[in-house]
Amino acid sequence: MNYVIVGNSVAAVGAIRAIRERDQQGNITVISRERHNVYGRPLISYLLGGLINEKRMAYLPNEFYLQNRINLLLESEVVAVDTAAKKIKLAAGDAIPYDKLLLATGGDPFIPPIEGMSDKDRIFTFTTWEDAAKLKGIAPDISRAVVIGGGLIGLKAAEGLNLLDKPVSVVELADRVLSSAFDRPAGKIVARKMKANGIDVITEDTIVRIEGDGADISGVTLKSGDFIPCDTVVVAIGVRPAAAFLKGSDIEVNRGIVVDATMQTSKKDVYAAGDVTEAADFFSGQKNPMPIWPDAYIQGDIAGAAMAGEKKEYVGGLAMNSIEFFKVSTISMGVTNPKEPTEYEIHTYQDIQNYQYRKVVLQNNRLVGAVLVGNVDRAGIFSGLIREKIDVTPFRESLLTPDFGFLNLSRDIRDRLFAPQGKVTDNGHTERAAGH
Amino acid sequence: MKRIYTIEDACIGCHLCEVGCITEHSLSKDPVKAFLHEPERPISRCTVEELHGGIISLSTTCRHCDEPDCLRACISGAIQKNAEGIVRIDTEQCVGCWSCVMACPYGAIQRNLKKKKANKCDLCPDRQSPACVDACPNRALVYREGSQK
Ligand SMILES: Cc1cc2nc3c(=O)[nH]c(=O)nc-3n(C[C@H](O)[C@H](O)[C@H](O)COP(=O)(O)OP(=O)(O)OC[C@H]3O[C@@H](n4cnc5c(N)ncnc54)[C@H](O)[C@@H]3O)c2cc1C
Ligand code: SF4
Ligand code: SF4
Repeated sequence: MNYVIVGNSVAAVGAIRAIRERDQQGNITVISRERHNVYGRPLISYLLGGLINEKRMAYLPNEFYLQNRINLLLESEVVAVDTAAKKIKLAAGDAIPYDKLLLATGGDPFIPPIEGMSDKDRIFTFTTWEDAAKLKGIAPDISRAVVIGGGLIGLKAAEGLNLLDKPVSVVELADRVLSSAFDRPAGKIVARKMKANGIDVITEDTIVRIEGDGADISGVTLKSGDFIPCDTVVVAIGVRPAAAFLKGSDIEVNRGIVVDATMQTSKKDVYAAGDVTEAADFFSGQKNPMPIWPDAYIQGDIAGAAMAGEKKEYVGGLAMNSIEFFKVSTISMGVTNPKEPTEYEIHTYQDIQNYQYRKVVLQNNRLVGAVLVGNVDRAGIFSGLIREKIDVTPFRESLLTPDFGFLNLSRDIRDRLFAPQGKVTDNGHTERAAGH
Repeated sequence: MKRIYTIEDACIGCHLCEVGCITEHSLSKDPVKAFLHEPERPISRCTVEELHGGIISLSTTCRHCDEPDCLRACISGAIQKNAEGIVRIDTEQCVGCWSCVMACPYGAIQRNLKKKKANKCDLCPDRQSPACVDACPNRALVYREGSQK
């Protein structure tokens, strides 16, 4: 069996492990246009800010590729897929045949057209190790940077620059930062903390023009008319599934590559996983890109299992994010800002002064979302309750208490999770209930 | 593989499992030194919950899942599963992002806020049987073969 994986990040790792668990013999070829082995992509802001060194970027030990007998092609771009001939084509011209193909190409930064941007030198994106290295390289002569976009990637870029003592402004169109993951209070707490640490956060505004002569940037003009002097601009509006190379192929691409529950695309033997896909949402089943790390791993695992002949089904992606800014921990999961609030029951606790906030969102007596700021300990119990669709009626009052735990759940659930099956006797051996 | 299970009815909420865990993960492996004299006292990787003033109590810890949610969520690669199935955190590699705290449905990962590192049960690699299990006076914790749940 000839497995070919395009992309060399977390979705690829999930798939490699799943394939090797089931098939020790097959050939696995991994192709990536980047020059690095798999690395912690979310760590690029830590690298930029100097919190970690290059060695710690490695997501896995180097032996991983050897141990799993991976034929690794780095700095190779895939430009086309021919599903009839079962071949992919590289930019260099070579064609590589496959029996099972996985497209795990992730996302490309989205760059909207902005007046004045075309001839400027110091406009950056922030999604790869290379991006972080470039910014770090010019950092000594950045006097002020403007980050366009107050989402996860924008805030991470701003944080990295701030750690290098560079003045940074973040400009966000919505009324708060992290608008997709957070609700208002959580977004406000994070913005307050950022401002206290010297990052300027401007909301409900956007950049209409990048000013300057020739290749140099002198500043940006905002929609409100304000002008921010700066010499560096980071565009961090978001990522789009990196599926452009499929143009002209017969693989169905909507907003992302369309996949079924086993991660198979519209073409047999071609699978897709991670940020490049448009997979089902956990609650609605609607198909949407869900660009988060854990989900990319899980999708890779399911695709890998399917490619090696075992059917596992994707239960749908649950949005979740853990982000820490200047020592304020924040975790959000599931539905945090219901569009139709009347269909939901929302409970909150807040102590904004001390950067503490908790919110739970219930629907039909099931937990469907949570936001935790400050004390995030054991947040995963909430993700478990969401995934298992547990009826929270018996303990809904205790959901917001800081020491919420398994004792608030039913004995039945605890026994299922933690107790040995059967009765345990003195010597630690289990005795089955009578009759077994 | 062998995992730690809890017999809730036998738990008296004495927290000795936590003491055992902290001691085992200390530099000296001596409870008095660990609690009083070590500059960086470890934090416990098992959690004793109590309700109604301790009338019910329960010690919970990592299940060493077959498909660990913590590992899948970890953005740095610090969490790995070894050939025996034991899931461990490489503290050096951990960046303290708490993605694992967010993902583990068993609430089994602790935050060491002082060091900004995640901690979890490692099943005590230097011992025959985990320190919490040995420390429990009531045999409320058992270490035996079984499934993750
Ligand atoms: C700054 C930043 C911070 C983040 N922080 C978090 C976080 O805290 N938590 C979280 O859950 N998520 C975070 N994310 C998102 C997370 O990194 C992604 O969800 C995850 O990396 C997706 O993995 P993937 O395997 O699908 O693809 P990617 O990691 O995007 O990797 C795709 C790979 O495919 C390669 N490739 C693409 N096209 C081609 C081609 N045509 N030919 C050859 N190779 C190709 C790319 O070079 C790349 O190596 C962050 C992202 C960024 C940029
Ligand atoms: S920390 Fe949680 S998710 Fe990870 S192996 Fe242990 S129980 Fe499973
Ligand atoms: S806190 Fe450490 S171990 Fe946990 S997910 Fe983050 S890097 Fe991994």
